[in-house]
Amino acid sequence: MSFATRFVALTRKETRQMVRDRSNLLVGLLLPIVLIVLYGYGLSFDVKDARVTVVLEDASPTARSAIAGLEGSPYLAPVFVGTRSDAERAMRAGRTDAILIVPEDYSRRLASGNASMELLLNGVDATTAATIEGYVSGAIAIPLQRDADRGGGATSGTGSVVVDQRMWFNEAGESTWYLVPGLIVLVMTLIGAFLTSLLVAREWERGTLESLFVTPVRPLEIVLAKLTPYLVVGAIDLAVCLAMAKWLFHVPMRGSLAVVVAASLLYLIVSLSLGLLISATTRNQFTASQLAMLTSFMPAMMLSGFVFDLRNVPEVIQVVSNVLPATHFMSLIKTLFLTGDNAPAAVRTCSILALFAVVLVALCRRALKKRLD
Amino acid sequence: MIAYLWQILVLCRKELLAILKDPSSRAILFAPALVQSLLFGYGATFDLTNVPYAVVDESGGAASTELLARLDGTGVFKRAVTLTSTTQIGPAIDSGDVLLALSFPSDFETRLASGSDAPLQVVLDGRNSTTAGAAAAYVGSIIASYNESRGAASPITIERRAWFNPNLESRWNVMPALIATLSMLQTLLLAALSVAREREQGTFDQLLVTPLEPFQILVGKAVPAVVIGLIQSTIIFAVIRFWFRIPMQGSIALLYFGLLTFTGAAVGLGLSISALSLNMQQAMLYSFMTIMPLTLLSGLLTPVRNMPKVLQIVTYANPLRFGIDIVRRVYLEGAGFNDVAFDFVPLLAIATVSLPLAAWLFRNRLA
Repeated sequence: MSFATRFVALTRKETRQMVRDRSNLLVGLLLPIVLIVLYGYGLSFDVKDARVTVVLEDASPTARSAIAGLEGSPYLAPVFVGTRSDAERAMRAGRTDAILIVPEDYSRRLASGNASMELLLNGVDATTAATIEGYVSGAIAIPLQRDADRGGGATSGTGSVVVDQRMWFNEAGESTWYLVPGLIVLVMTLIGAFLTSLLVAREWERGTLESLFVTPVRPLEIVLAKLTPYLVVGAIDLAVCLAMAKWLFHVPMRGSLAVVVAASLLYLIVSLSLGLLISATTRNQFTASQLAMLTSFMPAMMLSGFVFDLRNVPEVIQVVSNVLPATHFMSLIKTLFLTGDNAPAAVRTCSILALFAVVLVALCRRALKKRLD
Repeated sequence: MIAYLWQILVLCRKELLAILKDPSSRAILFAPALVQSLLFGYGATFDLTNVPYAVVDESGGAASTELLARLDGTGVFKRAVTLTSTTQIGPAIDSGDVLLALSFPSDFETRLASGSDAPLQVVLDGRNSTTAGAAAAYVGSIIASYNESRGAASPITIERRAWFNPNLESRWNVMPALIATLSMLQTLLLAALSVAREREQGTFDQLLVTPLEPFQILVGKAVPAVVIGLIQSTIIFAVIRFWFRIPMQGSIALLYFGLLTFTGAAVGLGLSISALSLNMQQAMLYSFMTIMPLTLLSGLLTPVRNMPKVLQIVTYANPLRFGIDIVRRVYLEGAGFNDVAFDFVPLLAIATVSLPLAAWLFRNRLA
């Protein structure tokens, strides 16, 4: 019997086994759709209708006009209350995100040019708090600017540096644009982890692997035959993800589709073989499933640069991140989607992923040596 | 009655032993809580610590020099390259070597000197628009203070104070949420595998023919999982409190009461999954299928309030959303029971539906 016949026969057996258990296919094919829809819509850093409680201790028209911009802002939903203590109570009860206090002496001090307002933020969600601060100061600056223009241009006559800001690759600054390509990485990671991580462990527990050992199949053939059917499932998932990114979320794909597909398939092989390796080395479904979850989902979400920019983390963590294949794939796929083709980056990442794949498959083969202990 | 409780106790002991007697499963239940809370504690941050930037200075004057000195003085902005022409900005940003590029036009100095406004072009890498937005805001504040020092002060100043997290560190937001998240991931899976494993090995049928009632089996399966979940939470709590030194504002008793309710709800979900599954593969797939949406739609990374209304309603069925809310608010805000009482309602509802459902399924799902 040749390699090809044995491989085909084994693959057919694995495929039948996969198709027979409905839960496998159900989860394998449905999960990406559910994940992308839920997360694509559910994950967003874009603050809207932030609840700002305004306390006007100075109710003069001057004070009112200074905060008029708050009501015009699409990002803020101001609520007016009578006293500072009412506002603070709302903050403690979690009913408001920020408090803006216009003090009693506001108009008087504005006349002498040193008025101030007080902004209290709920700092628990630091990112949202900083965003709200930006919107509030922007909303207050707009009427000021208008007043200044009406009064005949810059009164000080000193001239200022004005920022002319452009955000490349994501002009509107929408977080969906970088989260959706990242989700593809998450989905590919998960598919690998949970479809393959129990495959061999189950056979070890049931003793069917030992029966396989007495046949002429070689360890490498077992590994490849177990990967192949799931690679097909993963490829379908990839197609679904790409289609949804394009038609549902309208994320631009500025690089070439061929490179995206090639890199994703490589990554898929890496994550499937990682699952298989976990399975082959633990030989125990309980440990294998816990390990699969620990090594796939959270690291890919927290340490791969999915949302947290790796530039901000300490060097030790950067080292850990770079050991994860997800980190390399994440960076490439964001570039391919938002920036465009970048040959050196594509070649570098694909070589790293290929290296991972070769090493992992070799380790799986070793773990499946025909040996009883 | 005493015999009834005794039976439960014996069953709990047996279940705990079954989980903990294996050294590899002991290791996998407790070591990851420690490692993950350290790794994610350092890794999960939105705070800018290192912003490499590129400069094109065609003006070469004192104003641009001073502005750059102010940027470098923050310790966050680091000049990675000095470019000679604006055409080099593209490749510098594309390569990811710099997060932003500043370009001072040739008339920058003369315009400022003559008292008119001078534009400064800032180009940002939007591949992570959250970081880019934060860096842009930082640059904006540095420029505002520079303008102020030149006498162009705005007539109104806004004095900002942040409650509960005075320096607005994002780690303070993420880490307490991990107390609930990390322990849920493992305990839900643990509970989900517990019955499925026995079903697969055939020992569950033996358990069913003993005099034990389904309710007793349920308690025997639930208690060890809850205990392990609470131990994991404690490990993570200790790392946050004593390693990262994030001050705890609220009462420990309320925190644990919240965690107990939350873990109970999570274990209830896990056991229902377990009772539905015929083997461990199915149990694992279904729990992954549950865990992913629960985690990402919990407010761990992005606030629930940013979600579309429909999804916000869906999250009422998510125990993690309320678990995280209780932990964050008790830990950081020092919230009392009245402040978080509402969070207990969905948690108790999930627990009271899922736990009896699991007990019912023990008997009624015989395949």
